[in-house]
Amino acid sequence: MTKKNITFAGIIFEGGTADKYKTGGWRKLRPTLDKDKCIDCLICWVMCPDSAVIVEDGKMVGFNLEHCKGCGICAMECPDKVKAITMEEEEK
Amino acid sequence: MATVTGTKKVVGLTGNSAIAYAMKQIDPDVCAAYPITPSTAIMEEFSGYYADGQVSTELIAVESEHSAMSACIGASAAGARVMTATSSQGLALMWEMLYVASGLRLPIVMAVVNRALSAPINIHCDHSDSMGARDSGWIQLYSENVQEAYDNLFQAVRIAEDKRVLTPVMVCMDGFITSHAIENLTLIDDAEVKDFIGEHEPAYSLLDTENPITVGAMTLPDAYMDIKHQQSKAIAASKDVVLEVAKEFEQRFGRSYGLMETYRLEDAEVCVVVLSSAAGTTKVAVDELRSKGKKVGLLKPRLYRPFPHEEIMEALKHCKAICVLDRADSMNGFGGPLFTDIRASLYDAPERPVVINRIFGLGGRDYTAEDAIGVYEELFKVVETGKVERLSAYLGEE
Ligand code: SF4
Ligand code: SF4
Repeated sequence: MTKKNITFAGIIFEGGTADKYKTGGWRKLRPTLDKDKCIDCLICWVMCPDSAVIVEDGKMVGFNLEHCKGCGICAMECPDKVKAITMEEEEK
Repeated sequence: MATVTGTKKVVGLTGNSAIAYAMKQIDPDVCAAYPITPSTAIMEEFSGYYADGQVSTELIAVESEHSAMSACIGASAAGARVMTATSSQGLALMWEMLYVASGLRLPIVMAVVNRALSAPINIHCDHSDSMGARDSGWIQLYSENVQEAYDNLFQAVRIAEDKRVLTPVMVCMDGFITSHAIENLTLIDDAEVKDFIGEHEPAYSLLDTENPITVGAMTLPDAYMDIKHQQSKAIAASKDVVLEVAKEFEQRFGRSYGLMETYRLEDAEVCVVVLSSAAGTTKVAVDELRSKGKKVGLLKPRLYRPFPHEEIMEALKHCKAICVLDRADSMNGFGGPLFTDIRASLYDAPERPVVINRIFGLGGRDYTAEDAIGVYEELFKVVETGKVERLSAYLGEE
């Protein structure tokens, strides 16, 4: 095993490093958005534990699939009257 | 040697008051704590100093000890000088955060007022709380009396923050016996405290937004072990820093400290090893037996983590029989934590002394000079007969 350069107490000398750790590979279910149904309430954006819902100009526009783990919280939380997100099996 | 200063003001204080006063003199940047018997008065009195504007500390009242240690960790990682205090269940509730503090190498100083752990519930002194935390990566200093607890607290700040160490420190004293008894002690002037402890220069700071850092990131098999190795080397090396700091403390204030204290041990045939206040009681027994010509001695470890095994072996190797008194049981069917450490240290002695173990004082059970004399008599019997009847046992119980 090749060792990394180990810093004092494992400190990393930059911030926001979670962005570099791609968790999208863990996903079994992929969220898909039906934009015609979406009312841009942004509840999914609030609830996503991985900050993987992309919002532009106040509108929900899709998912960052490099970080989305496929937990399905967004689909669950999307209002019942709308249900604009469905979870689909990832292709093997 | 520098002139001895700051040794003039003798006052009578309880252990808790002395710790609170020392904390006021240290004036840490942040203090987060949750009260628990018998350490409650430390935070009660310290919050009095805070309310009266006598400290510049940010005092954080939290909802549990887990939160107390978590807040201490956050503040220390932000670059603050941080202190807290707890006992017993409070220390137990801090458990997972103790390892986070030491693993992140945060120089937090905590007063631990030793108290038994439940169950059965009991508020009185024994060492089961801090003994359980002995391998959490914290340095542990044990104090015999109020003066030692007061002096140890200042030294703890220096040890923890030393660039070679950067490891949190617990300063332990016995619940009620030391925390609630008023004893005479010599205080150090505020200015001299400030001069001795110096300014806190954090190794890193989360608040330095010009130089952002990530603390406590996920580490995998290619890095975790190396970071633990750094930590292991640092705590082992802290022994030398403990001695350096003690030497400077003695030069400034005239009171001498080391890794341990020995009492009439040099030519002793039999010896008792015991921590904290019980060492004071044992000294009375030593004097009484010495007056009858019996060669008895005492060793009181001060630094228990890291464990100064070589120095302890050197100090004890000439004895014929030793009894280690543990104020905590390891519940392992073998013996208490101090016993197993002392016995292992003596494995490399050229002629190994007999080492037996007695568990004493659990949940505040009295330990008297007569008890200590009984232990020495038992040791002489072991020397005479060459036989150990009971390797580990509860003192005074069948
Ligand atoms: S599935 Fe989970 S991780 Fe992915 S976008 Fe929805 S809430 Fe976020
Ligand atoms: S929760 Fe549903 S409706 Fe609201 S923004 Fe997200 S996808 Fe659109």
